[in-house]
Amino acid sequence: MAMMRYAEALNTALREAMAADETVFVFGEDIATYGGVFKVTQGLREAFGDRVRDTPISEQTLAAMAVSASMTGTRPVLEIMYADFMPLTLDALVNQASIYNYIWNEQVTMPFVLRTQGGGGVGTAAQHAKSLDAFVAHIPGLKVVAPVTPADARGLLLAAIRDPHPVIILEHKLLYNTRGDVPDQAEPVEIGRARVVRPGADISLFATSRMVLEAEKAADVLAGEGVSAEVIDLRSLRPLDLDAIARSIAKTNHAVVVNEGWGFCGFAAELSATIMDYAFDDLDAPVQRVAALDMPIPYAQPLEERVIPDVARIVAAARRALD
Amino acid sequence: MPSNRPSADEHLDMHRRMVITRCVEERLGVLHKQGKTRGPIHRCDGQEAVGVGATMALEARDVVTTTHRGHAVYIGKGLDPRRVIAEIFGRVTGYGGGRAGHMLVGSVEHGMIGGNAIVGGSIPAATGMALSFQIRREDRVALAVFGDGAAQTGICHESMNIAALWRLPVIFLLENNDYGLTVHRSEQSSVADYTVRAAGYGMPGEAVDGNDVLAVYGAVAAAAQRARRGDGPTLIEARTYRVEGFSTSDMGGYQDPKEVALWKARDPIVVSRTQLAESIDPARVERLETAAEEETAAAFEAALADPLPEFEPHGPSAPYATAPVHADAADFGEGR
Repeated sequence: MAMMRYAEALNTALREAMAADETVFVFGEDIATYGGVFKVTQGLREAFGDRVRDTPISEQTLAAMAVSASMTGTRPVLEIMYADFMPLTLDALVNQASIYNYIWNEQVTMPFVLRTQGGGGVGTAAQHAKSLDAFVAHIPGLKVVAPVTPADARGLLLAAIRDPHPVIILEHKLLYNTRGDVPDQAEPVEIGRARVVRPGADISLFATSRMVLEAEKAADVLAGEGVSAEVIDLRSLRPLDLDAIARSIAKTNHAVVVNEGWGFCGFAAELSATIMDYAFDDLDAPVQRVAALDMPIPYAQPLEERVIPDVARIVAAARRALD
Repeated sequence: MPSNRPSADEHLDMHRRMVITRCVEERLGVLHKQGKTRGPIHRCDGQEAVGVGATMALEARDVVTTTHRGHAVYIGKGLDPRRVIAEIFGRVTGYGGGRAGHMLVGSVEHGMIGGNAIVGGSIPAATGMALSFQIRREDRVALAVFGDGAAQTGICHESMNIAALWRLPVIFLLENNDYGLTVHRSEQSSVADYTVRAAGYGMPGEAVDGNDVLAVYGAVAAAAQRARRGDGPTLIEARTYRVEGFSTSDMGGYQDPKEVALWKARDPIVVSRTQLAESIDPARVERLETAAEEETAAAFEAALADPLPEFEPHGPSAPYATAPVHADAADFGEGR
């Protein structure tokens, strides 16, 4: 085990994948010479030459190129600097990547990875702070993962690059400097498996990305009130680990779902409906949803803090479920 | 490597493929009127020289992306007319097993990597494939066929800039048929001559008569040689005309009949036939045309007799099977 920052863990995975497979290449804005605005790709240009490319600011085309390059023998890893820019890539995802494996009768697979980062909390304002998880998790044919720990950042990125199908990696700007133990060996983490962060008996808190850290804090608060909360890091938004979800609810009979994206038609809504589909008989109370308020992310700190979900809202939701 | 001028046999083969394409388009028109087609069909009558001439100037290992009006490209790149027709009619024997339809035909073994019905979509698609070839140092070229409507998209600009910047082995073939759906190019483009745009990307631009299959072949062959040398992309504007409307659902009324008549008189098959007559016995050309017509008729007969597909759930390895299944999904036999 080695202690590593989340950004370093991603960098390690990219190095490992590029060293092991010369068809892997990395491209995106400011990622080569500068090493990425979050420094995830630092040093790769020196190590791998023109397989690491700075690009023009052309997200629509870059995403479409990742799709088509992946159909002709390479494994592109595209960095989209902010999740807020992902809507520019949507044609490539929804009208291109999503369809070809099916409509061409499995003549092609598309092993590309789109890495991006979203989320608020540091005053990046309305065009650089959103979590648009639902935009991509909605699309059949894509896998969507959101690592929280450095170990999962490395393991899920390795798995994503090896996957024969498109994978979207949702990182979070507040996670890049977090630290954690990472295994010595390059081990992919299976896509589609949730992680039990802490076991509990009274209520399940299902969370994604940085909200897992908030849910852990909420579990501490609830423990002080005599409530044993189980925290589940979904890790994979699509596919969902239905077994882990059902197993947890069978034990706790109560559920809170937490996602940093907007609530209306959001990922938390899908998760909530999925729980109704699969675990309704085990529920003693309606599922409680915690999501961003349905409005632009404000700039000033006291405003932003009200819009993005936090410990207090998760605790309040848990109390409602248990009431 | 093809020279810029095809041999007599190659010209005959191009002529044959143009005739097959025309027969496909005309028969589709008849079947549409009989209510036997499904969805709109985008015919390329009068534009056959572009799709056929361009693809036959490529090597088998090269790839092409095209538009929703791609039948000439499919036939030119060597796809089996019977399987193309089967796809148009949603049969299991089609290249997509009936899942794709006529706008989105793909056959990877032929390097036909896609009809693309998002206007402009073929442009970054070919550019990305060219990037793949460059990264892998493969001697392959990607050809993007797109229309004058697509030339106005943002991804057209982005792709041309990146391709020229990185000297990617891609050819941008602008099939200018004067209309983006119903709107004339003069109301869509700030310039009438699209080749002037090439200078803005630092790449060569050339206009050719899109109804002259030899001219299209020559320009694409030269661009392919450039691309293979590592000298980057070329913009070719092939000037042609859409004589049969946007699609089978087009109600018309916006094209000047005189203009249509003028272009019909410049039919690319007639132009090619005249060129062939300079060196080949017209009786031989006529026999070849008759054989092509018979081949197409047989292809229709066979394709239309093929079965329609049955719905099947995805296997567990398909990317779609990973969706959170819904409570009623068990009825469809979907696995988790």
